[in-house]
Amino acid sequence: MTEFYREYLAVAVLIGAALALVGLMLGVGKLIRPVRPQADKYITYEAGSDPVGGWGQSNVRYYVYALLFVIFDVEAVFIFPWAVGLEPLGIFGLVEMVVFILILVLGLVYAWRKGVLRWA
Amino acid sequence: MTGFVLAAIAPITTPSVDWLGVAPVIALGGAGVAIVLARALLRRSAVTTPVCVALGILGVVLAAIFEYRLWHLVRADGAITTMAGMVRVDPFGVFLSVVVLIGTIYALFISVAYLKRESLDAPEYLALVMLSAAGMVAIITANDLIAIFVALEVLSIPLYVLAAFDRRRMASQEAGLKYFVLGAFSSAVFLYGVALTYGATGSTSLTAIGDFLANNTLYEQGTLLAGGALLLAGLGFKVAAVPFHFWTPDVYEGAPTPVTAFMAAATKAAAFAVLIRVFSIAFPLYRTDWKPALWVLAVLTLVVGSVAALVQTDVKRILAYSAIAHSGYILIGFQTGTIAGRQAALLYLLIYTFMAIGTFAVIMLASMTGDDRHSLDDYRGFALQRPVLGGILIFFLLAQAGIPLTGGFIAKLEVFSAAAQSNNYSLLVIGVLAAVVAMFFYLRIALALASPATGGEYFSDRRVDRWSGVVVATAALAVLATGVTPGPFIDWARQAVYFV
Repeated sequence: MTEFYREYLAVAVLIGAALALVGLMLGVGKLIRPVRPQADKYITYEAGSDPVGGWGQSNVRYYVYALLFVIFDVEAVFIFPWAVGLEPLGIFGLVEMVVFILILVLGLVYAWRKGVLRWA
Repeated sequence: MTGFVLAAIAPITTPSVDWLGVAPVIALGGAGVAIVLARALLRRSAVTTPVCVALGILGVVLAAIFEYRLWHLVRADGAITTMAGMVRVDPFGVFLSVVVLIGTIYALFISVAYLKRESLDAPEYLALVMLSAAGMVAIITANDLIAIFVALEVLSIPLYVLAAFDRRRMASQEAGLKYFVLGAFSSAVFLYGVALTYGATGSTSLTAIGDFLANNTLYEQGTLLAGGALLLAGLGFKVAAVPFHFWTPDVYEGAPTPVTAFMAAATKAAAFAVLIRVFSIAFPLYRTDWKPALWVLAVLTLVVGSVAALVQTDVKRILAYSAIAHSGYILIGFQTGTIAGRQAALLYLLIYTFMAIGTFAVIMLASMTGDDRHSLDDYRGFALQRPVLGGILIFFLLAQAGIPLTGGFIAKLEVFSAAAQSNNYSLLVIGVLAAVVAMFFYLRIALALASPATGGEYFSDRRVDRWSGVVVATAALAVLATGVTPGPFIDWARQAVYFV
């Protein structure tokens, strides 16, 4: 086996471990839990709201929250690798990230002042 | 375990940055961000709009000062390459950046009265214009396919929003959606071209691709040629070259008129900058492959642009097809592949900016609130009732048609003489014939303006506001100046053809 494939062996081991772990947790649960069936327990979400049947129309106002969420989600994607490399990047990297975050915060301030976050 | 000790960390050397080289982009983008900040912090709407306009103008003026410094610097010491070769500031780039700045400041000026008239949100609009302009200047000085792609998105996304900015008008929304869907599609095509080019040459840097192809013979050229073709298609969309032009009439017609002016002038300069730069720097040795493709593109663009405009009855649609035809003339200049041809394309872009913005500025002033009726019948008698404004509009139309003593004539003359110098007589003949056909629809608008009204006219008799007046007057003067004393402008373009 070449070095190239040996590196991928770790991925195979991880897949095996993941399958084993999930199987173990669900299997043990099935063996030891009590079974008292009720109709409400078999809908998709145990919270009780059934998304099936009728047009599930969501409020158009959610889209702004979705947008804001995506912005900060993407911000996090950039911050994680930056945080790992912060030390070698030095002051330059710090300043760059501060500028980046400030611009995004500005977007949030703008949305806030526009009254987007108020659920009227 | 000692591998994790901090001592093992070596400092990452970030590429050096020549801040002056990227200062125009920072000035424009910074102005856009500052406008958003001003909008968020200022409560009183009475001062918000003037402050935002001032910030926008400040950004353009700062960028212009930086471009002035850069022009003298690169002319004296050669091109500035910075950010690990991502950015390359050369005379060519500075020239077209200035063209974009002219388009931007004009677009800002004519937007002031328009936004008030249509009661649209000014700060957001102005911020989007500034961000788009930042993307345009960035793309003009980008020297790497990845940087070009990022800048392409930075310039395009605000334009999609701007096209749909008049939310109460269905046509504007339709324009925004069409532009967005087709624009996103063309970006994907461009990106695929980048990927294939990278696959064939092992680099995304334009200079590195050029060097690689100069020193190596590709055993199999399919990937590279397919990549080049996809790059051409993606950029052809942005310059509105046929057969990638289908969005142009609908978007130009539906978008708010100042946005149409901005798209016609500044976007075209930015997109042509990339087109010329990519093919001249990365693929100069593949001329025999891309020149025939450009020939077909130029001919189709000229013929379709000129002929399709004949059957239109909406002034903004006619001007959209005329913008397509103008792309055809610029393509002629570039297709020659010579220095003279590139110089002609640059001069054409400069003069076209004044003509296009001037024409759309008068159209904006002539239209009634609502900005939704632009048919030829609506404008009947305009020149009789408003002689000055109507006369200037006819002057702009004649300039676009290429009448002598206007800049439009010099622009076409330079392109045609470049084609003749490179013995490209087929393009020359087709170009001249297209110009004759185009003359007809420009005169058709002029005739409608000058013929007596029949009662169905629908144009404004509002006083011209100061900002738009400055735009119309200076653009008309510039078109006249480039036509009467073209020498300095031709010299300027001659100094700007080089990438070094």
